[in-house]
Amino acid sequence: MKAYLSRRYHFSASHRLHSERFDEGRNREVYGKCNNPHGHGHNYTVQVTFSGQVDPVTGMVCDLADLDAFAKANLIERFDKTNLNLLDCFANRVSTTENLSIEVHRIFLSFPAAHLERVHVEETSNNSFDHAGSQLPAPGTL
Amino acid sequence: MIFLTRKAEFSSAHFYWVDAWTEEENRRVFGKCANRNGHGHNYTVEVTVAGEVDAVSGFVVDLKQLKDILDHEVISVYDHRHLNLEVPEFRTSIPTTENIAIAIWKRLENKIPNAKLHRVRVYEMPDLFADFYGEQA
Repeated sequence: MKAYLSRRYHFSASHRLHSERFDEGRNREVYGKCNNPHGHGHNYTVQVTFSGQVDPVTGMVCDLADLDAFAKANLIERFDKTNLNLLDCFANRVSTTENLSIEVHRIFLSFPAAHLERVHVEETSNNSFDHAGSQLPAPGTL
Repeated sequence: MIFLTRKAEFSSAHFYWVDAWTEEENRRVFGKCANRNGHGHNYTVEVTVAGEVDAVSGFVVDLKQLKDILDHEVISVYDHRHLNLEVPEFRTSIPTTENIAIAIWKRLENKIPNAKLHRVRVYEMPDLFADFYGEQA
């Protein structure tokens, strides 16, 4: 039987929204206080949702300890207490949470034990972003 | 179509163990959850039903009725119980969050008048939850 498993992870990072393609005035206009030259930071929450058949013996979609270990090595250790703008994945992209969601989705696609349905990234309690790759999320699953 | 969600809580004990496996195997797969003395959680269940809004009452379902069904079918059976030892469906399956979501679905399916059960979501803790949309999903 197919079930969906979701797990939430937390990291804290700084960033600055700034596009090389805009001049200073336009950057301030588009990004407002997020363009502050010294940067600012957030406590990010990442929620990943995997689907799969519930194993008849273990009762699990996938082993949580394996997923946690994967998240620790590939998400937390890479992003926590960093400046996002200095990471390779943001060398040519603005560190918006939209772009962060796409990168987080790319990362969890390589977790082998279950099917990644979507990632949901909360920048603050009022801002969150969802990415489900090239597919739309299944109806009613958001 | 409107989706309506009702939330309820229960507090239960459980442990993860497969009888056919050795103690080492159980510990390797389930870690500290394999401790046979059990441990517990405050679970939250969210039941989502789908239906049309009744033109007269303005309801998809009567919320009081949904609460009573949830209390009778699930909360009264699970709350302050040891899931492995006291809840019949977990004599043959491990009370993982996934299996609890499936079991609650089976307890509620076809019991809710005028609406279709859409989703059962079970939180074991705020950072871990499982969703079940029925066998057809």
